[in-house]
Amino acid sequence: MSDRQPTTDRGRIRIVGFDDAAEQKRDSDASSDTADAAGTTADPSIASRGATGIDPTTASASALAQPGRRLENAWRRFRRNRSAMAGLAVIIVMAVLAVFAWPITVSTAEVTITLQPFSLAPYDPTAMFVAPPNAPPSLAHPFGTDWAGRDQFSRVLVGGRYTLSIGLVAVGLALCVGVPLGAIAGYFGGWIDEAIMRVVDVLYAFPFLVLAIAIVPILEPVPILGSGYWTVVVALAVTGWVGYARLIRGEVLSVREREYVTAARALGVPDRTIIQRHVVPNAIAPVVVQATLNVGTVVLTATALGFLGLGLEPGSAEWGAMLAQGRSSLLRGDWHVTVFPGLAIFLFVLAINLVGDGINDALEPDRDGRDDRRRMR
Amino acid sequence: MALLEVDNLVVQYYTDDGVVRGVDGISYEIRAGETVGLVGESGAGKSAASRAVLRLLDGAGEIVGGEIRFRGRDILELSADDLRAIRGDEIAMVFQDAGAVFNPVYTVGEQIAETIRTHEAVTDSEARDRTIALLDRVGIPNPAARYADYPHELSGGMQQRAVIAMALACDPAVLICDEPTTGLDVTVQAGILELLAELAATSETAIQLVTHDLGVVAELCERVLVQYAGEIVERAPVDELYYDPKHPYTVGLLAATPRLGDDRERLPTIPGTAPDLIDPPTGCRFHPRCPYAEDCCASRRPSLVDPVSGRPDDGDPETHVAACLEYTGDLEAGLDYEVQVRDAADSDCRERKQQGEPR
Repeated sequence: MSDRQPTTDRGRIRIVGFDDAAEQKRDSDASSDTADAAGTTADPSIASRGATGIDPTTASASALAQPGRRLENAWRRFRRNRSAMAGLAVIIVMAVLAVFAWPITVSTAEVTITLQPFSLAPYDPTAMFVAPPNAPPSLAHPFGTDWAGRDQFSRVLVGGRYTLSIGLVAVGLALCVGVPLGAIAGYFGGWIDEAIMRVVDVLYAFPFLVLAIAIVPILEPVPILGSGYWTVVVALAVTGWVGYARLIRGEVLSVREREYVTAARALGVPDRTIIQRHVVPNAIAPVVVQATLNVGTVVLTATALGFLGLGLEPGSAEWGAMLAQGRSSLLRGDWHVTVFPGLAIFLFVLAINLVGDGINDALEPDRDGRDDRRRMR
Repeated sequence: MALLEVDNLVVQYYTDDGVVRGVDGISYEIRAGETVGLVGESGAGKSAASRAVLRLLDGAGEIVGGEIRFRGRDILELSADDLRAIRGDEIAMVFQDAGAVFNPVYTVGEQIAETIRTHEAVTDSEARDRTIALLDRVGIPNPAARYADYPHELSGGMQQRAVIAMALACDPAVLICDEPTTGLDVTVQAGILELLAELAATSETAIQLVTHDLGVVAELCERVLVQYAGEIVERAPVDELYYDPKHPYTVGLLAATPRLGDDRERLPTIPGTAPDLIDPPTGCRFHPRCPYAEDCCASRRPSLVDPVSGRPDDGDPETHVAACLEYTGDLEAGLDYEVQVRDAADSDCRERKQQGEPR
C-alpha cells in the first residue's frame, strides 16, 4: 500500500525517483543474467513489427500529391506535347472526313430524314463501275478503283465511319462493363472479388483475337444485334472489358486504403457513393490511358475480323473488309486496292497511340509511358 | 447512463507472425459533453480502440469480444444501414493526417457538404450555406472562398480545421479525435487545441481525444485513460493523473516529458521498448520495463483498483484507479518516486518535496 499523499499544490511538476530506479534496474540487468534480459526486453525489430500491425491504416498517402484542377493541368500538359497534338489532329481530320464523306440518312417506311447533307466523297461508295475495274490511281480516282469499279477514295473515306466508330463504341462498352466490375471487386474484396476476377482470368486465358473470332458466330444469330456491325462491337466489348477490370481493381486496392476513403466511411457515406466519388476518380487514370491505346488495338482486331470475313457483310466499305477483297487484286499486281485502306488503318492506329501516350504523360507525368506500353503488348 | 460505453473490448489483428491482441479487454465510458483523453505510446492500441468504436477496423483487424454501447445500443450488433446512420451523424472522427483525409479530386467544401447531404435531406444550396458556416465556426478565414479550394491549396493547419469542420457537419454527440495535432507545428497545434477546447466548452459534444502527448491532454481533457500494450493501466481525473500518478508507466511517461528550463542533463526514458503483443509479457505487461518490478509482477496480473483502499474498480468514471500490484499490497519495496511541484510564479523554482518514501 502506498502512503503517498496527493499534493494540493499546482504548478510545474517534475517526477523524481523513477529515473534512478530505472537506472538501477538497468545496472542490475546488465550485471545479472544477460539471457534473461534479452528474453524480457523486447527486440526492437519485433516491437516495431508489432506496432505496424496495430496501426495499418495510417499509411501515408502523401505520395498522392495530386493537384486539384487535374483536368485543366492535364490538358495544359497534353497541349504542350506536339506528337500527341499531331495524333489528335489526325484523328479529328479522319473523323470529320468520315462523318461528312457521304450523307447520313435515317429512313422509315415513307419518309427519309437527312441528318447530314454534306458529301465530300466524289462518288457513291457503293456505286459500281464508275470507272474501269482495278484502274490505277488517276486524277479522277486518286486511290484508283477496286474489282467492281467502285471509287476507292470514296470507300476509304466512308469506311472510316465503320472503323472509327467500332473502335470508340467497343472500347466505351468495354469500359462500361469493366470499370464498375473491377471497382466493385477491388473495393469489397472477399468472395465478390474472387468471383469477378476468376471470370476475368478465364477470359484472359484465351487470346484476344481468337476469343473474338469464337464469339462472333455465337452472337450472329441474336436478332437485336442486326447486321454485322453490332456483332463486331459486342464481340470486341466482351473480350475487351477484362483488361480494364483487372487494371482498375489493382488501382482500387491501393486507393481504398487511403485515409479519405476511411474518412468517408467514418462519416457514414454509403459504399456506392464512396466508390463513385472517391475511389473510381482516383483510380481511373491508368484505365483512361489504356482505353485510349486500346482503341487502336480494337480497330486492328475489327479489321482483322473483317479481313477474315467475320462480322460485317462482305461488300461493306470497312477497311479490313476492303483489304480482304483486295487480296486477289494484289496477286495480279494492282497494289493500290490494298495499300490505301491499309495506310488508313496504319495512320489511325498510329494517331491513337500518339494520343494515348500523350494522355498518359498528361495524367501521370511521373510515370514512364513506355513502361505501360511494354506491359500492354 | 453514459453516452458511449466500451465494455471489455478486444481487437485482434491477424499477422503472418501470429495473432496480435491490439486491444485487450478495455472498458471505459464517455458521458455527454465531457472530454476524455486516451494516452499511450505508439502501438498501445489507442487508434485501434478508437476505430473499433465506429467499426472502422479494416483489413486484418477484427473485434472479437466486448460491447460498444452508444445510447444503450450495441454498435457491434447494428446493421450496415444503422451503423452508417450513426457514423458521422452521432459519432464522428477526426483523423490524424489531415492532408490525406480529403480526396484530392474534390474541393474541401464539396466534401463537407457531402456529409451533410448524406445524413440530412437538404438542398444543395442549404448544404453549401451550412458548410460555409462550419468553416467559419472552425476559424477558417474567408470561408466562402475556401469552400471552392482544393485540399492541397490549404495549409496543414487549415486542413486540420477543415477536417474538424467535416466531423462537426452533423453535430455529432461524440467526436473521436485520433491524434489531431500530430504532424502540425507547435503554433498551429496551439490553434487547433484552442478550437477543440472551445468546442468542448460551448457545445454538447463529447470528445474522446487520442494522443501520445500528455501536454495536449493536460490542456483539454477532464479525465484521462492511460493505455499500455492494449490494456488500460490507469484512469483518473486529469489533475490527479498529473499531480498524483499511480501507475509506474504513467510516472515514466510524465518523467519522460521534456520541459524548457530543465536542469537535468539527460531526458529520462522508460527503459526498453513496447512489448511484442503477439506474445505479451506474463503477469503485469509493464513488468519487463518497470523499475519497481518484483518477482510477483511476472506471475500475477493486476486489475484496476482504487490505489487508496485497494478495492476493485467500482465503475464510477471519476474514481482514480490504477492496475498495479502495489495497491493490492503485493509489492514489498513499494514505488519510489515523488512528484515535485515547482511553483511557476516563483522565479527561483523553489522545490517543495511532497513526499518521499525510502526504498
